[in-house]
Amino acid sequence: MPAPTDRLYTKEHEWVKIDGANATIGISDHAQSALGDIVYVELPKPGATLAQGKPIGVIESVKAVSDIYAPISGTVTEVNGAVEDDPAKVNADPYGTGWLAKITITNADEAKSLLDAASYEQFLKSEDH
Amino acid sequence: MHAPHTDRDVREMLDVIGAPSLASLAAPPKGLEVKGAFDVAPALPEALAFAHLTELANNNLGARMTSFIGAGAYRHYQPPAVPYLATRSEFITAYTPYQAEASQGSLQAIFEWQTYICLLTGLDVSNASLYDGSTALVEGVIMASQATGRRRVAISRSVHPGYRAVLDTYARGMGIEVVELPVGEDLLVDMKSAAVKDLVAGAGAIIVQSPNFFGCIEDVAGAAALAGAAGALTIQVIVEAMSLGALKTPAECGADIAVGEAQSFGLPVGYGGPYVGFVATTKQHVRRLPGRLVGETHDVDGRKAYVLTLQGREQHIRRELASSNICTNQALCALFATIYLATVGAHGLRSIAAANMARARELRAAVLTVPGMRPAGSAPFFNEFVVHTPLPAALLTERMVRRGILAGVDLSRWYPDMPQSLLLCATELTSADDIARFAGALATEIDNAVAAV
Amino acid sequence: MLSLLFDQGAPGRGSDFVAPAGTPSDYLDAGLLRADLPLPDLAEFEVTRHFVALSHRNFSVDTNFYPLGSCTMKYNPKLNEAVAAFTGFTDLHPLAPDATAQGALELMWTLERTLSSLFGMEAFSLMPCAGAHGELTAMLMARAYHRDRGDDKRLTCIVPDTAHGTNPASAAMVGYKVVAIPSTPKGRTDIVALRAALDDTVAVCMMTNPNTLGLFEDDIIEMTKAVHDAGGLMYYDGANANAIVGLCRPGDMGFDLMHLNLHKTFSVPHGGGGPGAGPVGASARLAPYLPVPRVGKDADGLFSLQEAEPKSVGPVRVFASHFIALVRAYAYIIVHGAEGLKRNSELAVLNANYVRAKVKDILTVPYSDYCRHEFVCSAESLKKETGARALDLAKGLLDAGVHAPTMYWPHVVPECLMIEPTETETKQTLDAFCETLRALVKQAHDDPASMQELPLHTYVRRVDEAQVGRLANKGIGLRWTGEK
Repeated sequence: MPAPTDRLYTKEHEWVKIDGANATIGISDHAQSALGDIVYVELPKPGATLAQGKPIGVIESVKAVSDIYAPISGTVTEVNGAVEDDPAKVNADPYGTGWLAKITITNADEAKSLLDAASYEQFLKSEDH
Repeated sequence: MHAPHTDRDVREMLDVIGAPSLASLAAPPKGLEVKGAFDVAPALPEALAFAHLTELANNNLGARMTSFIGAGAYRHYQPPAVPYLATRSEFITAYTPYQAEASQGSLQAIFEWQTYICLLTGLDVSNASLYDGSTALVEGVIMASQATGRRRVAISRSVHPGYRAVLDTYARGMGIEVVELPVGEDLLVDMKSAAVKDLVAGAGAIIVQSPNFFGCIEDVAGAAALAGAAGALTIQVIVEAMSLGALKTPAECGADIAVGEAQSFGLPVGYGGPYVGFVATTKQHVRRLPGRLVGETHDVDGRKAYVLTLQGREQHIRRELASSNICTNQALCALFATIYLATVGAHGLRSIAAANMARARELRAAVLTVPGMRPAGSAPFFNEFVVHTPLPAALLTERMVRRGILAGVDLSRWYPDMPQSLLLCATELTSADDIARFAGALATEIDNAVAAV
Repeated sequence: MLSLLFDQGAPGRGSDFVAPAGTPSDYLDAGLLRADLPLPDLAEFEVTRHFVALSHRNFSVDTNFYPLGSCTMKYNPKLNEAVAAFTGFTDLHPLAPDATAQGALELMWTLERTLSSLFGMEAFSLMPCAGAHGELTAMLMARAYHRDRGDDKRLTCIVPDTAHGTNPASAAMVGYKVVAIPSTPKGRTDIVALRAALDDTVAVCMMTNPNTLGLFEDDIIEMTKAVHDAGGLMYYDGANANAIVGLCRPGDMGFDLMHLNLHKTFSVPHGGGGPGAGPVGASARLAPYLPVPRVGKDADGLFSLQEAEPKSVGPVRVFASHFIALVRAYAYIIVHGAEGLKRNSELAVLNANYVRAKVKDILTVPYSDYCRHEFVCSAESLKKETGARALDLAKGLLDAGVHAPTMYWPHVVPECLMIEPTETETKQTLDAFCETLRALVKQAHDDPASMQELPLHTYVRRVDEAQVGRLANKGIGLRWTGEK
């Protein structure tokens, strides 16, 4: 699944889809594939403050536990309860119904340090030698 | 020697490898060869080794003495079916059940152990076992600290002192503050006192052992109420697992976490181990359970199967208080306990528990007929209790050893403010003869000591 | 399928174990007693059939070959089992006065002296229950040592990137931050990278030798010196000790602290996942920090448990040790002596190199040096050519009655299989193992799709770990509930 071009990416394989002052966060298809079957997702609470690059939650698969890092700073407005209840959604539809959290952005400039879809694909290629 | 290689085997294998000698493969690099001889006795042929170990075993007089010591390790009847089944090759020489297809025996047995611990404690989930009761207490503290975000716990002074010393070791290393809840003359914590309430404020857990180290049944429900008001979790410690056959469960008392020692279920006292620790908790805290967990699932053909689960969390390093580093459980010891519980069943466990209670009351009554011996409070107890002695308990126990009797434990060893107190235990293995002999010997020794003054 | 105990039995079944003594309500108020005791009552023969049947569903060293790297699944001699069951040991209470436990104390004292000599340490604590427990104990000691020196800013622990997961976990438990050092193309820890990582925040460096790739760290003396010069301590993970017992010593390599796994190197059975024992060794400057009590011997030859060590980190468990496990290790040592232990190490190294030599043309062996007691190989090429992975090979081995080797670790080798035959296997077994591997690789080429179906003949086949994981996170599926 190629990385959708309507969003930005981090080297930790999170994506952020910015819509004005708001954004939605999730993990990439590469991430869900590398993790394997996801069995648990721990998300921040609504109202929580996120700092770019800092861990905000955890995704656990059958073989590993991975931290989720904030791609951009903001305040959590909503988390995806459906994914907490059925973590398999993140595997099935990481860019759609497998979204993790919605936030209001506090520093729009931070988006400049993120990768666009093409750069992210390039990054993935370089990682996989 | 158990390696099978003949000289011919070695030569043929070296040829295939293309190496000239064993030394060329195994010898250490220059500078690391061992100079001189090791301080290790020369090899003994098997029969001599057997004889030597027989002699060492015979040299443990305490194993043959009439014993009234409990204090964290309990002498109970081990039905022969337990070791007979548990020490089968396929259990004892199996590896950790990481390959589910090759380990359904071990995995189902652990699933059954987890179930037994839940049924006995009344709580929702349990893990595949821990090293022992003392490290189980530490794990419980870590769980409560993670759950509440607080690095302070309050522990009753009537929790086994050996367990508290272990907690102190870990707490120092992990930056957890441990405050002690005082114990009254009645050998219980007064859960209604203002002092205790103050000490609990800001703690992540209240830890109370019941029956406590002195044998007394504590007010765990009272502790749970205090904890609830303070936003803390309640951890009940159980050191004499046999008490779970009779007493109110941790769940019934409102405990959030139960930790303890299951040695009483079919394991010998064995000079300290191995034993088997357990931890149980409510569903809410399942992710905080340390160590291994076995869950039920299906295989590709739809067969019911058991498998280690939630392994991702096991050695993952979290940024706040780090989770446990436990890698192993005590699988074989948990198996002993599981087979014990299966063998005795509910009706057996209840009757054995009742026998413990009966013998302990007979022992206490007999001991209190000896002039100079006084009861230590009147709190309800299971199979252990404290009595006050007219002479230093250390002196009395030493005299009794000479008579082949292990007269309980001198409490001053851990509670310097109690130099004339003995902790005594009776189990279903204590006979009326044992009790009569003990009371008689005690009376004589006290007489002699008093006369000598 | 075998039903659970809780779906068997009937109320009232089972033997009489004690003379009737009434019920708990005869002795205590109902308010103190539990409402019910919902355990099954079973006849002894029901229990026997159940557990005998369960035992048939296990692989074990006594029934199968276990080439599990880093686990040292060697044979567990039955002499050890017999002496471990002596009532003179099993019936001895841990609080029995020292004068009445002289046999046990002598065994512990001798074992401690023996291990100290074999590994070049000043002293050992026999207290820790397992390897990870020993690691944690050593980390507590390292922390206490630096604190005593007034140097509390040393909060970094260095590990190679090939380290076992318990190493960083143990370090993190005492508050250390873990820094990983990469390996060189020759499979050794990179000493240049190690030197670059050394500064005055380094408390301890945890290593094993041979490393987890089965290769001897040739630069070990330079490495320990570098760490010492920077003010840090060196810790030896004894998981791979089976390659060096009687041949060389961690103390001579420069290690200050170490642990052993008696259930690996010293033949104490694995028990399906414990109990083991993880004694911790220390050099002279770290020995005062060992947990107490330890066994001492006085001028009259009397043994006793000594608690008076002001610098000790304290006890890491109640009671002195997993004594019955120590009995097994002791029995193993006395029938071998130092010469026999050395011979075992040499033959373990021989067996590993033999398998490596024969596997070289079946799978990729990434390092050209001879290995020690274990080696790694990779199924990466096989995966690229056929899609079959290390996991599929491992499952295929199960059908042949061979337990899978250690897989997917260390991470530096993709599709990794870590193979450690140990010394207690015949050439015939090793030949058969290599032929099975060869046949599986051929199967992967001939019929790639069939590989994912393996195993075919075990009691259960591949299990659904995702389903159980999702439910387990909600606290479901971890016990019998009686619900249909």
